[in-house]
Amino acid sequence: MNNKKSEPLFHVIKRDDMTRGKAWGIRAISIVAALLLCALVTTVLTGDNPISVYATMFSGAFGSARKTWVTLQSLSILLIISLALTPAFRMRFWNCGGEGQVLMGGLAAAACMVTLDGKLPNALVIIIMIIASIAAGAIWGFIPAICKAKWNTNETLSTLMMNYIATQIVAYYTVLWESPKGSGKIGIINQNSNIGWLPEIGNKYLLSILVALLVTGFLYIYIYYSKHGYEICVVGESERTANYVGIKVPKVIVRTMLVSGALCGLAGLLLVGGINHTITTTIAGGQGFTAIMVSWLAKFNPITMIFTSLLIIFLGRGAGEIATVFELNQSFSDILTGIILFFIIGCEFFIRYKLVFRSGKKEEVKNV
Amino acid sequence: MTDKNVAVSVKNLSKSFGNVKANKNVNMEIYKGEILALLGENGSGKTTLMNMLSGLYYPDSGQIFIDGKEASIQSPRDAYTYGIGMVHQHFKLVDVLTAAENITLGEEGKLNIKKATAKIKEICDKYGFEVDPQKKIFNMSVSEKQTVEIVKVLYRGADILILDEPTAVLTPQETEKLFVVLKNMKADGKAVIIITHKLNEVEEISDRVAVLRAGEYIGDMITAETNAQEMTNMMVGHQVTLNIERPEPKEPKPRIIVEGLTVKDIDGITKLEDVSFIARSGEILGIAGISGCGQKELLESIAGLQHVESGSVKYVNDDGSVEELIGMNPQDIAEKGVALSFVPEDRLGMGLVGNMDIADNMMLRSFRNNGSLFTDKKTPHDLAETIVDKLEVSTPSIETPVRQLSGGNVQKVLVGREISNAPSVLMTAYAVRGLDINSSYTIYDLINEQKKKGTAVIFVGEDLDVLLQISDRILVLCDGQVSGIVEGKKADKNTIGLMMTRLEGGMTNE
Repeated sequence: MNNKKSEPLFHVIKRDDMTRGKAWGIRAISIVAALLLCALVTTVLTGDNPISVYATMFSGAFGSARKTWVTLQSLSILLIISLALTPAFRMRFWNCGGEGQVLMGGLAAAACMVTLDGKLPNALVIIIMIIASIAAGAIWGFIPAICKAKWNTNETLSTLMMNYIATQIVAYYTVLWESPKGSGKIGIINQNSNIGWLPEIGNKYLLSILVALLVTGFLYIYIYYSKHGYEICVVGESERTANYVGIKVPKVIVRTMLVSGALCGLAGLLLVGGINHTITTTIAGGQGFTAIMVSWLAKFNPITMIFTSLLIIFLGRGAGEIATVFELNQSFSDILTGIILFFIIGCEFFIRYKLVFRSGKKEEVKNV
Repeated sequence: MTDKNVAVSVKNLSKSFGNVKANKNVNMEIYKGEILALLGENGSGKTTLMNMLSGLYYPDSGQIFIDGKEASIQSPRDAYTYGIGMVHQHFKLVDVLTAAENITLGEEGKLNIKKATAKIKEICDKYGFEVDPQKKIFNMSVSEKQTVEIVKVLYRGADILILDEPTAVLTPQETEKLFVVLKNMKADGKAVIIITHKLNEVEEISDRVAVLRAGEYIGDMITAETNAQEMTNMMVGHQVTLNIERPEPKEPKPRIIVEGLTVKDIDGITKLEDVSFIARSGEILGIAGISGCGQKELLESIAGLQHVESGSVKYVNDDGSVEELIGMNPQDIAEKGVALSFVPEDRLGMGLVGNMDIADNMMLRSFRNNGSLFTDKKTPHDLAETIVDKLEVSTPSIETPVRQLSGGNVQKVLVGREISNAPSVLMTAYAVRGLDINSSYTIYDLINEQKKKGTAVIFVGEDLDVLLQISDRILVLCDGQVSGIVEGKKADKNTIGLMMTRLEGGMTNE
């Protein structure tokens, strides 16, 4: 009975006393620590000077006016997709189908461009494209939502599987609309007539950026000030509470996923009609999944999401630049991105908990 | 209490959660062969202290001595090796396994169910338990499940037993049985610690009471030398009066007429069968019954949250016109102008949203009221301030998520919201469950205040003493059926206890 045990080395204690400033302090420390570790890894593995690697990273994202615009444009698309997922996430509906919803939106836009070329005036084509791609995204969100609302199916699985269906549908149309024949891709649609190309505002990057800003503002108000936003929050926290006050849960689930899918469709429209003027199965580029992380990192706050998507885009573009300039392969930049994300996500642990060590009463706020 | 053999002694034990000091330098001793009642208001640190003894929490500082030797209890398994076992308020049993399987669960080595059954039998005979080792948990009543929990703890060789509110779910008769067993354990030299809010039980069962207040150890008293009033004052820290008033109903008129209500759950099991009664304005109708015998379904049927097989629930307006409530959802009911308020049993899972602040929780009922697309944040915020102010809710701010409040304050927020729209019907389910004395009396006063305003109150309770004091009439449910309606003033606890366990039990006593 008396098997004497010593006190544990440390134990983990939940903390409630975290101020916002202190939390951001911890996040800043974690980024610095991540950069130090990346520097070490870089020097050990490649022998390159870490300072110049970081400088290259920065210039990769903001090195020239064009690079800055491209960075901002990529940021806008990622931001719109992240914002699109947010209402669903606030409802605890884990929409992992951003990828498919974007693809379907893009496909609808491409379909309008291909089939309506020369049949309708450009302005009308664009209006139809907007409606079609938003509707296509919304339908792709609606299907898993209605299954969840009616039969309580697991939305994570159904939204994921809808992605594969979307990819295969796009693959089918890629063959159907192949141009030139035998190339295995669609190529630039309406290269000469420019029918269905979204108008440029100022330069070819600004349109997406403006749309992203509009969506951010809209979603901020929708989430925090509208009755819909309030209902979403109640349903997410507790369906029983929602029933108790007479909120119709299935209706809220379906309505929210329509909004979520529609905004993804909008991102698809911008990708096809505004940026690429073509469609491939990989046009969403995994951003439907990256957006999940962006939205979570921002704690589902649309304004914070601007910064978290900037971070992800900056890392991605910077890492790509390192790979080319230092003639390292893409895998090395993935290693660096991975380390940085690990630190950023890991530091949330230290914001929520503290470690108390055996001997002293010192608080441990160190990262890692 | 002739030989004072110390079983456990704690020295300067402290534990904090964030900024909250749950226990501050607690010093206390627990003796063998004694039943100790641990008293304290909600949030006074009773459960935290016991959780440290049973290995769920590790103390920030201080020492625990078992049989005079310093102990480091890092897990419930460690606690067992030191002979400490705890029976939690919420049972931790596997439903599809038998009693014997649950009791031996987690044992190391090869399972010998025959040997185990023999040992269980031995324990049962020794202390007077009645357990069928082969019975599956899902076939058991709450009291049987509790017995299994206690036997489990004894099976693992516990000499120090901690029971967290064991009587909250039991009928008076079952409580008596439990107390007999506890006394047998005490005679066997075991140390028993019981946490409870019911002072009459403390007086009946315990040898000594220890009082905690705001995380600090206040002192102990020999039970025989004290009384309920003294214990309460010590817990609260100032003088309180322990009376629930029962004003005469003013011109009671039928408000809710329930006829032939029958409800089945998803599995087709009958939860309510042919229930009929009338709730009148200006009157408190108490509902008594063993937990899970249809109270929840009854209230939820009236509130429009439960699918009903047959029967009707009629609401009588002041002018005598009648609305049928069955088939309507809560929103329809509200739109009909029926001011129906409902304080459900599950406060944070149903009545409130734990992660939202007090102001946002106020909006739950009223957010649809304005015509615009946007929510009105000002009115709920003002209401929240009024409630915090009037009901003395202790909270850092209106913006604090309600899950961070203590049980009593959560209930004040919920009741405050439900009575804010001048209800004509107020239903409460276990309104004071888990609340300390002070908060409980605040809630009783609020309910009585509504009664005086002419509200028809339906009060589902579990403490028969309280039900008998507050109710004008008491409806007793047994297994989903009405076993009788008695006058609150004339009823006695024993009759109601018997009616709870069998239909018409009080009348057809053998």
